[in-house]
Amino acid sequence: MTAMTDDTTHAHAHAPLAHAAQPAAQAHGQQHPIKLYLLVWTLLFVLSACSYLVDYFDFHGLLRWTLIIVFMMLKAGLIVAVFMHMAWERLALVVAILTPPLAVLVLMAMMAWEGEYTNYLRVFFFGA
Amino acid sequence: MTAEHVTTEPAMSEETLRSRVLGVVADWSSDQRSFKSASWGKAMMWIFLVSDTFVFSCFLISYMTVRMSTTVEWPHPSEIFALDIGGKKIPLILIAIMTFDLITSSGTMAMAVNFAYARERKKAAILMLVTAFFGAAFVGMQAFEWTKLIHEGVRPWGNPFGAAQFGSSFFMITGFHGFHVSVGVLFLLIIARAVWRGDYDVGRPGFFTSRKGRYEIVEIMGLYWHFVDLVWVFIFAFFYLW
Repeated sequence: MTAMTDDTTHAHAHAPLAHAAQPAAQAHGQQHPIKLYLLVWTLLFVLSACSYLVDYFDFHGLLRWTLIIVFMMLKAGLIVAVFMHMAWERLALVVAILTPPLAVLVLMAMMAWEGEYTNYLRVFFFGA
Repeated sequence: MTAEHVTTEPAMSEETLRSRVLGVVADWSSDQRSFKSASWGKAMMWIFLVSDTFVFSCFLISYMTVRMSTTVEWPHPSEIFALDIGGKKIPLILIAIMTFDLITSSGTMAMAVNFAYARERKKAAILMLVTAFFGAAFVGMQAFEWTKLIHEGVRPWGNPFGAAQFGSSFFMITGFHGFHVSVGVLFLLIIARAVWRGDYDVGRPGFFTSRKGRYEIVEIMGLYWHFVDLVWVFIFAFFYLW
């Protein structure tokens, strides 16, 4: 009797990790309500229309760039999270897929620096 | 038992962030398989998509670099991609239509995945064919756009509107994306045929691997298709709107 109680407590102490490790050892089929897809579809339409209007109304400068980036990120987020089912995947997969592309930001920063410098040299030496 | 199992839990279940983080550690140190909620097929598609992300990122970043470094004014996409409709010049309208077209195809693809898991194979196959149709329409509009620009004198090495780098960036980026859409259409047709025939119900050997397929292939195909849509979101923002 005592041994059994001990066993249960033991199992309990490890519960969070064990539970997280083996939620469902097998692969899931992703099936979600059609309504959710229709909602996301509508949202993507609205967001695309918004980004198109940014051009149509001819916004300029910081306002234009901010709006473009915001609508872009919202659309990308909806596609990845709902259409590609990332919201329902385990964190191990989410982390493995979404963190490596962040390295792209480093390349982007480096090339922006480089591009700016090339432009400066061209203006300086060729007076364009 | 495996892929047939169905989840309808909300995005964030009762699991706390802490147990989710512990889950990452446990999954990666489990010495067996790291991706417990994804089959190998799905995981491999995701990994392929990550590598493809880098390819498209390199194109977009090189476009950024040449656009920043040129001293010649960059051509205005808003005017170049305008169309005359009823005597009125509407800016960027063709690209807007292409965007809506691709989003629509993503919507039908998501529903096809649903019906495939629900074993409603005719509905799933028809939705995949609709997806393929919108994909083909997208490629058609892109061909129209290319033809128009080539007639106007846009070349990879120069164009009449401004900076010479516009042409090479345009043809490289949209060309590579269009190629992805075309390949997607092809595979959609192949898988739609298999779903329609009920290949995954009777366990008919696949044409390439000679192994039985599962309805999960529709979801994996969907991942690729949504990724193509995702890339277009970035191209639309950076190349056409910026």
